[in-house]
Amino acid sequence: MDSSGRFVARHVATLPKSGIRDFFAIVSKMKDAVSLGIGEPDFVTPYHIREAAIASLEKGRTSYTDNRGTQQFREEISRYVAKNYGPEYDPETEILGTIGVSEALDILLRSTLNPGDKVLYHEPCYVSYAPSVTLCHAEAIPIRTVAADQFALDPAALRAAWQPGCKLLILNFPTNPTGGTADRSKLEAIAKFAIEKDLLVASDEIYSELTFEGDHVSIASLPGMRERTVFLHGFSKAFAMTGFRIGYACGPAAVIDGMLKVHQYGIMCAPIMSQEAAVEALRNGRDSMLHMRDKYRERRDFIVRRFNELGLPCHLPRGAFYAFPDITSTGMDSMTFAQKLLEQQKVAMVPGTAFGEAGAGFCRASFSTSYEKIHEAGERIARFLDTIPRR
Amino acid sequence: MNSVLKLILDGEALDTAQIGKILGLGAEAVDRELAALRQQGVLLGMRPVLNPSYESEHRVRAVIEIKIRTEGVGGFDGIAERISSFEQVESCYLMSGGYDLLVVVTADNLYKVAGFVHERLARIDGVQGTSTHFFLRAYKKDGFIVNAEGSRRDQPSVSP
Repeated sequence: MDSSGRFVARHVATLPKSGIRDFFAIVSKMKDAVSLGIGEPDFVTPYHIREAAIASLEKGRTSYTDNRGTQQFREEISRYVAKNYGPEYDPETEILGTIGVSEALDILLRSTLNPGDKVLYHEPCYVSYAPSVTLCHAEAIPIRTVAADQFALDPAALRAAWQPGCKLLILNFPTNPTGGTADRSKLEAIAKFAIEKDLLVASDEIYSELTFEGDHVSIASLPGMRERTVFLHGFSKAFAMTGFRIGYACGPAAVIDGMLKVHQYGIMCAPIMSQEAAVEALRNGRDSMLHMRDKYRERRDFIVRRFNELGLPCHLPRGAFYAFPDITSTGMDSMTFAQKLLEQQKVAMVPGTAFGEAGAGFCRASFSTSYEKIHEAGERIARFLDTIPRR
Repeated sequence: MNSVLKLILDGEALDTAQIGKILGLGAEAVDRELAALRQQGVLLGMRPVLNPSYESEHRVRAVIEIKIRTEGVGGFDGIAERISSFEQVESCYLMSGGYDLLVVVTADNLYKVAGFVHERLARIDGVQGTSTHFFLRAYKKDGFIVNAEGSRRDQPSVSP
C-alpha cells in the first residue's frame, strides 16, 4: 500500500482538486461526446505567429533569455499595453514575461502575501484563484457576483466582503466562466475602494481583446491605480496561443522586482520561441485576433439564443467565449445536471460549482467550437430537457 | 455580407435547417435567401470540397495556359465563353501576363486531357498556343488544408 501521502504538506493535502479535473475524467472515457467544456480557442494559432516560432528555431534561438524576457519582447509589450490599455510601463523595470497569466498570478501572490493575509476575489471565477491563495498560506475571500448584474462586480458587495487584513483584490474582466465585464463607472468605484483600503489589485485581463460590446477598460488606467495594480495578460485567448504558455505582468517596479525573485528561482525565463512568437502576435496579430473575435461573437449570439429558447435563462456575455446558463428550472444542482446531460445525451458542460459556490445553479458552455457542434449540442439538450419535469 | 452567405462561406457542412436555427430565421427563410442569392447571380452553386486524393483515383486535373489571337474572332470574351462551354472545363479565367486564358480541366485520364487539348482547344480559331500542366499533389484546396488531421489531437475535451 502506498503510504507516501504522509509526505504531502497539510495545506496541499487538504486542497480540493479542481472540479474540472473530476469532470474531465468522466468525459474523457466517453466516445462521441459533444464537448462545450473546452476552455481554450478552437482556432489553431494564426500561421504567421506559428511561423515566427519556426523561424526562431531555424535561427538556432534556443537559449535562455533575460529572466524578464527579451528586450524586444518587453518593448513590444510596453507599446501594446500603452496603445490598447493606457498605462505606460518601463520595459527595463516594470514588465516581466511569464509562463502565461497562471504563472504571473502565482508569483504575484507568492511575492506579496504573508501567511494570514486576506485576498478578495469575485466568484464565479477561474479555478486557480482561491487555491493559489491557499497555497500561500493566505485566506481567499469570495465576493459573489450574480446573473441579474451580468456577473459584474458590485462595488457595494466588495465593500461588504472586505475585512481587516485584506491586502489584495483579484479582478478578472471579462470573466471566465461568466463573460462578465465591468464598465468604467463600476471600475471607478472599485478603484476608489481599493485606494481607500490600500489594496493591491491583480487584474487578470486575459480575455480583454474578446470584448464584444463596449470598450474594455483596464483598472490600471484609472487615476491612482497604476501604482497599486499589477496588469496580467497573455496570448492564449486573443491569439489562440494556449500551448505556447506565454504571458506577462506589468506593474510598479518594486512589486515586479519581488515577482522576479520567485520567477528567476522557479522558472528562469519563458521559452524563447514563445517569446518570439508573442512578438509577432503583438506586432501583426490584430487582424487575426479581430477575425476570431467576430467568429466568437456570432457563435455567442446563437448559443445564448438557443439556451433561452430551451428555457435555460442565459444572459448575453459581453466578453470571453463562455455562456453561463441558469439550470435551476430543472430542479437539479449543477453537477447532477452536467452528469445526467453527459450520461443521457453525451453533451459536456462544466458545472458552475467548479468555479466556486457562486456558480451553483449554472453550467458553463464554451462557444469556442463549431456551429455544427453547438447546433448538435442544442438539439441534444432539448431532448434531455424533454425527459425531465420543469419547475 | 448577407448572413446566410457568410455562414456558408465559413466552410462548415450545414443544412438549411441548421443554418436557419443558427441565424434564427427558420429553414424556409434560408431557402428564400439562397434562392434570392442565386437569382441575383451571387451564388452560382454549392458543391462539396472533396479530398483530392479521393478525386485523383477517379480523375486527373490539369491547368492549361492559352495564348489567344483576338482579331476577327470576337475578342477575348467570345473565345473564353466558347472554351468555358466544354464540360471538361472546371474554371476559366482571363489573365494578365504571359498568356491570356487560364483553364482548369478535369478528365478520366491523361489521354482524355491530351485529346481535349489537341482535338478541341487547338482547333478553336484564335487559339495560338497552349501549355498544359498536370496537377501532381494537393496540399490545400479551397481554403482547406488537405492533411489537417492531428492538429488538435491532444486537446483535452474539458479544460478550465
